[in-house]
Amino acid sequence: MALADARAICPDLATRPADLATDAAALASLRRWASRYAPMVASDGSDGLMADISGVPHLFGGEADLREDLQARLERAGLAAISAIAGTRGAAHALARHGGGIVADGRLAEGIGRLPVTALRVDHDTAEALARVGLSRISDLINLPRAPLARRFGQGLVMRLDQALGQYAEPVAAEPEAPHFGVRMTLPEPIGLQADVMVGLERLLDRLCAKLAQHRMGARRVRLELRRVDHGAMQVEIGLARPMRDPVRIAALFAKGVDEIDSGFGIDAMRLSVPVVEALAPEQIGGGPTIRHEDALADLLSSIGNRIGFDRVLRLLPADSRIPERSFLLAPAVYTAPEALRHQAGPQRPITLFPPEPVMAVSGSPPASFRWRRMRFTTLRAMGPERITPEWWFDDPAWRSGLRDYWRIETQQGPRLWLFTTPQAQAWQASGGADWYAQGEFA
Amino acid sequence: MWLKVCVTMRVDSAPPDPFSLRPKRVHEAEGRGRRAFALFQAARHSGPLVWILPAHAVEVPMLRGLPKGVGERLHLLRPVNETDLLWCIEEALRAAPVGLVIAEPSQPLSLTAGRRFQLAAEAGQTTGLMLIQTDAGSNATETRWNCEPMASNPDSTLHHWTLKKNKQGTLRSWILNWNGASAAVHMVSEAGERYQPAEPAR
Repeated sequence: MALADARAICPDLATRPADLATDAAALASLRRWASRYAPMVASDGSDGLMADISGVPHLFGGEADLREDLQARLERAGLAAISAIAGTRGAAHALARHGGGIVADGRLAEGIGRLPVTALRVDHDTAEALARVGLSRISDLINLPRAPLARRFGQGLVMRLDQALGQYAEPVAAEPEAPHFGVRMTLPEPIGLQADVMVGLERLLDRLCAKLAQHRMGARRVRLELRRVDHGAMQVEIGLARPMRDPVRIAALFAKGVDEIDSGFGIDAMRLSVPVVEALAPEQIGGGPTIRHEDALADLLSSIGNRIGFDRVLRLLPADSRIPERSFLLAPAVYTAPEALRHQAGPQRPITLFPPEPVMAVSGSPPASFRWRRMRFTTLRAMGPERITPEWWFDDPAWRSGLRDYWRIETQQGPRLWLFTTPQAQAWQASGGADWYAQGEFA
Repeated sequence: MWLKVCVTMRVDSAPPDPFSLRPKRVHEAEGRGRRAFALFQAARHSGPLVWILPAHAVEVPMLRGLPKGVGERLHLLRPVNETDLLWCIEEALRAAPVGLVIAEPSQPLSLTAGRRFQLAAEAGQTTGLMLIQTDAGSNATETRWNCEPMASNPDSTLHHWTLKKNKQGTLRSWILNWNGASAAVHMVSEAGERYQPAEPAR
């Protein structure tokens, strides 16, 4: 049904766009949970799970008890699910989508015979063609000779039918588990001393880093969760300037966070997880001085970033723009690599840049004398103008006054300033001289 | 019988270049040209550079105006408050790989803070340069420079750098020509030197 039709029938209909990514993630976590019933669990389409429970049901007291247990647990979790147990994957799939139930061993044909042919995972055209010749149920197909059936409706239908009846093998292909980077530890006695927590942390880190090394990954953020005996939970999270799996260096960054923790009556469980991982190839450790220096610099940036925030640890990166403010980027240092500045011809640039500040009491153009920051300046030499036009493809409020003429003004008093005027803005200004602004200072 | 003679030669270890900052110590620069002085020093130090300036500071280094090779080595830290700024300075000084730590504290440095910086610089073998407001330094500093740009001829960029305080040497004043934005950073040989008596130390 189209959305417009549905709205016409029920005007108060609440609609929400489908979030396929979240659905898939939820199904994946459900699949992880369902592994309590079987070693091999695969997702089946976008809305189902398929488990190979060969040899499992007696652990739950039989197939019926297993299914009841599964249904009850899902219901308690608030999930409406239909389940079916059958001897083949095709039959279980068909039955689960048409009411569910259990097909007894060796009675597949009777169990799924009453279901419509669409339950056989055939495409829409084949199902329609079958309906046109009056074959609407699976039991109608079972007794027909296979060769004419295949000739008329294609090999696909026969294969699906054979799969449902167990004449054609179809294993459950469980996808490999994504590695989970998390370790935990429960303590027989609650601990409260900072040193004890750090020792526990080191043990967890050893295990975690071994696991990271095994999968060739490095941690980018590490989270330590602590559970107190009164069921209070605390967490300490640190960021790392680059992917890392060195337990000693990560433990050092936790020292400050662990120091601030209130342990209350004691901590009896610790959990360490890595919310963000990045690939990290095996590398030579304890190499030459270059590697050691890089490590030490990364440690410095990590510890500073964890205190003042990683968005305040910056690096200057060149950018392709003539606009002074946009000719370089202030980018977080831990997520970027240094980039050498390409040589650029052209007029000299100031060493410091600041937002434009109006220059007062200007006489002449270029100004022969002016006031700036409560100081009187007399111009000794003016170099310019260098005309910079705004980038029309960006709407920058600061550049709405049009193009700018930049001058390098050397003053009698010493400072060498970068002044600009906006010739386009003067045209519609009431009267008086041009507006001058200071934006930088030369060496 | 052997007589062991120990001869201790006191070698004058003063560097030939008057502008090289004594390593493993923290220095101060004040005056309008202090940022130019900091960049001059940054170009002369190898290794990563750390420039710490408060988040509210409006004047940021402009990449295209920096001396060659400084921009890609520069790390800019912008802590929000003064406590974090002092902590960042100490932490950066204590880190071994950093070549030069440049910081712009917005409040006068206390003697305690200055002393802590010296200890951190010794521990990390790092040189520090504080860009301070005039007379807002601490007494623990190794040297204090007053840097002013000077009006000059069209072919030169003159600076007037005065050594106002020096714990292990004499005070002097130089007028020199350094084109801060040029690709090559070098001292021009005909730097004028003043031979009149310098001002008394503060």
